[in-house]
Amino acid sequence: MGILCGGIISEMAIKTEPFILNMGPQHPSTHGVFRMRVTLDGEVVVDVEPVVGYLHRGIEKLAEGRTYTQNIPFTDRLDYLASMTNNLAYVLAVEKLAGIEVPERAEYLRIIMAEMMRISSHLMAVGFFLNDLGAMMTPVLYMWREREKLLDLFEMVCGQRLTYNYMRIGGVSHDIPEEFLPALKRFVVEMPGFIDEYDQLLAQNEIVLARSKGVGVLPEEMAINIAASGPVLRASGVKWDIRRSDPYSIYDRFDFDIPVGSAGDCYDRYWVRVQEMRQSVRILEQAIPQLPEGEVCVKVPHLLRPPAGEVYGRIEAPKGELGFYLVSDNSIAPYRFRIRPPTLINLTALRDMVRGWKVADLIITFGSIDVCLGEIDR
Amino acid sequence: MTLLEQFRLWLGGIWPGWEWAAYIVPAIVGIVVVLGFVLTMVIVFIYFERRLLGRFQIRLGPNRLGPEGIFQPLATAVKVLLKEDIVPSRADKLVHWLAPVIVFAPILLIFAVVPFGEGAIFADLNVGIIYVVAISSVSAVGIYMAGWGSSNKYALIAALRTVAQMVSYELPVVLSILGVVLMVGSLSMNQIVDSQNIPFILLQPLGFIIFFLAALAEMNRCPFDLLEADSEIVAGYHIEYSGMKFALFYLGEYGHAVAYSAIIATLFLGGWQGPLLPPILWLLIKIVAVFFVIVWMRSTLPRLRVDQLMGFAWKALLPMAVINLFVVAAEVLWLPEGLPWVMMVVNFALAGVLILLWSKLFVLGGGRVEV
Amino acid sequence: MKFERYGIGIAKGMAVTFKHLFRPPITVQYPEQKLLVSRRIRGNELVWYPDRCTGCATCAKSCPQGNIEIVTHEGDENNYVVDKFEVDTGRCMFCGLCVESCPYEALAMGIGYERAQFRRRQFVLTKEELRLSETRQPSGYARPKIEPTLPKQSLLVYWDREEGGQKLSLVPLTKKRGRGV
Repeated sequence: MGILCGGIISEMAIKTEPFILNMGPQHPSTHGVFRMRVTLDGEVVVDVEPVVGYLHRGIEKLAEGRTYTQNIPFTDRLDYLASMTNNLAYVLAVEKLAGIEVPERAEYLRIIMAEMMRISSHLMAVGFFLNDLGAMMTPVLYMWREREKLLDLFEMVCGQRLTYNYMRIGGVSHDIPEEFLPALKRFVVEMPGFIDEYDQLLAQNEIVLARSKGVGVLPEEMAINIAASGPVLRASGVKWDIRRSDPYSIYDRFDFDIPVGSAGDCYDRYWVRVQEMRQSVRILEQAIPQLPEGEVCVKVPHLLRPPAGEVYGRIEAPKGELGFYLVSDNSIAPYRFRIRPPTLINLTALRDMVRGWKVADLIITFGSIDVCLGEIDR
Repeated sequence: MTLLEQFRLWLGGIWPGWEWAAYIVPAIVGIVVVLGFVLTMVIVFIYFERRLLGRFQIRLGPNRLGPEGIFQPLATAVKVLLKEDIVPSRADKLVHWLAPVIVFAPILLIFAVVPFGEGAIFADLNVGIIYVVAISSVSAVGIYMAGWGSSNKYALIAALRTVAQMVSYELPVVLSILGVVLMVGSLSMNQIVDSQNIPFILLQPLGFIIFFLAALAEMNRCPFDLLEADSEIVAGYHIEYSGMKFALFYLGEYGHAVAYSAIIATLFLGGWQGPLLPPILWLLIKIVAVFFVIVWMRSTLPRLRVDQLMGFAWKALLPMAVINLFVVAAEVLWLPEGLPWVMMVVNFALAGVLILLWSKLFVLGGGRVEV
Repeated sequence: MKFERYGIGIAKGMAVTFKHLFRPPITVQYPEQKLLVSRRIRGNELVWYPDRCTGCATCAKSCPQGNIEIVTHEGDENNYVVDKFEVDTGRCMFCGLCVESCPYEALAMGIGYERAQFRRRQFVLTKEELRLSETRQPSGYARPKIEPTLPKQSLLVYWDREEGGQKLSLVPLTKKRGRGV
């Protein structure tokens, strides 16, 4: 009430003091078990203190007792909404360490799976951003219809819908069945029309614009200083995408744009994700006709012993730069298995983004960073 | 002469000397009919909304219990009756207990003045519309009591938002109703329906839009449902309620929807008037049509933030309502009686001009406070 | 990113929602209608072929969690006889590494996914329970010989079209419902 009446009256008559609200681990809008202790002055956020660790499973320590192939299912469970790219990052790091060449068909299959995964993860992020705004599950259900089509295709290839365990050291584990490519082609043909319809639903809605434009701004300077990555960085105006700046696999053969926002607010993060979905569809359209024949996995020893050394392998995961730092001492298990989670590092900017805004803006700013607690807590 | 008064006179004719008793029987009959109507409509609307929301979201609504799921509200009612009634230990017991009653009771009272047909009205007050406005403000107090009485910070935030929202949206409601009253010349609901040869939505489009949006805010429906914002403050003012008290809040929300739909149908759409079917059916069709639009808005639109909500009420709706009132008063004074077309054209032009003018004021990106 | 005022953005959004009223819903009425799962599904069970198993314990070595317990003794004809072969499917994460690594194709993933039990110890499956039977069929994950014998998966991309052949037929709901079939 003091805010509404202006500062003068609150100094004269009403004494207010800030209070602490605990948005606890069980909350409909913290995407996972994330706890925030928010200091509020009326409706205005004064301070945010995140408390993480409710999903800690000790993956980094468990991985030191298992062989390199047995660690692949563990990497599925980091960012469980985008498992293929997690597998890909780990397998690329091990191949870099051991110096293994991957056949052509396996490279193309990896790219196809990674881009499908990017579309699926962004669909989920965008849908739940709009749900946090209050649109009552309608955008979520429209997005999930498209995501279901992608999950059916993943189930056809590797048997599971969420934790795929598809990439292996030296290629991929299975070849695609013959019904895969026609179904994927049909999906790719229909997807841009669906994104247009989705834009018409909510992208120019006055309420969405009023709620999210100019809210939760991450300036370009701060984004670079905190080592943000992914759509959060690109929405602040920095044109940095690992697929272009430090290409891995065969991304240099495809032609795609990198959408860059200008203001760094919540609307730009949402817009960058929608444009990235269109660019992923473009990459898929180019990759499907170019798929060569051949084998899908080279023969590596059953118990792989990479030479002693260290490696840092990184990819552009849907949520940012996912990196694996592996130290090997020429034994069957890694000596050190360190994961660089993109969302934990993006989350360090939360406090500076939301100070001075209101409770509702805190929720949507947090939603627009698009966290996944599996990789924050590991 | 309403139907109930004719019934009373007939009874008084049968029991000479006992006329005082003949007051009681029609009253009880009327109360039972109105209560039955309201509660049945609320339960039907719960089912209707869930199925309709499902169809907007490319899924089916509940369809397991009974053919096409018509027993679902009954199952919901039985479920909430059987749940344990938990009262927080540090809550204010009397306030916590009394709040659901204060939220739900006014809805039943509003239907006393809604005309269901030619003379079929429970109480033909000659200040009908002021009675409606006064009664519907009482539930705001109930919501605030619910928020304060549960000793929970989320509920407290919701309670304070309630006070701000309900108080500030009363004014556009009243001013747009005054526009209608000026055209009719009387405050009685019967008179309002009788004098609608052309439905007032065509004669006063701006008044209809303002009343519709302000009524949405009074009902706490999307896009103004920040009192019970599911994604932010986890169910807002009824966060600490369970069992039958929660059921009263739930029924109260749909009861408000039914009540305001009935008011809109009576004031702007012509009430029970219509060509072929019996009047009660026309009233039901109009109420269901208004409710359809309300559910349609719920399924599409996100919600506003508190300061945007207040800005919308005080800076946009209130000035437009005042200008609308002045223009309607001028028309009623100076335009001759038999030319409604002139009034329609002038009012539509006014609506267009005002909406265009006010949308120039719509700026983005404000709201940050220096901390 | 044109910024529309005057409420036109809201009206366009509501038109999209209104169009969806006329599309058929994509709900599947489980358990009366079930979708066909993929041929390579890693279902919630394992199928063991005792005549092909030699007791080499490669599967036990490749499990990341150590769910497989094998006890053997030396037999007469220079082979191992398997005494105990237990899999703890309660701890299993169904990654399929054991199935991929078996050199004699003696282990396969199952196709069932409705394997809820009441007690945790009922998830530890012994030799007899792991065999092939009417209700335990193998899936085609890493078993290319079994894969063509299974029916094709129902795909949402082909939901309302005849190609792909997966048009669902609606079972009338007045039949038995709720308790599962």
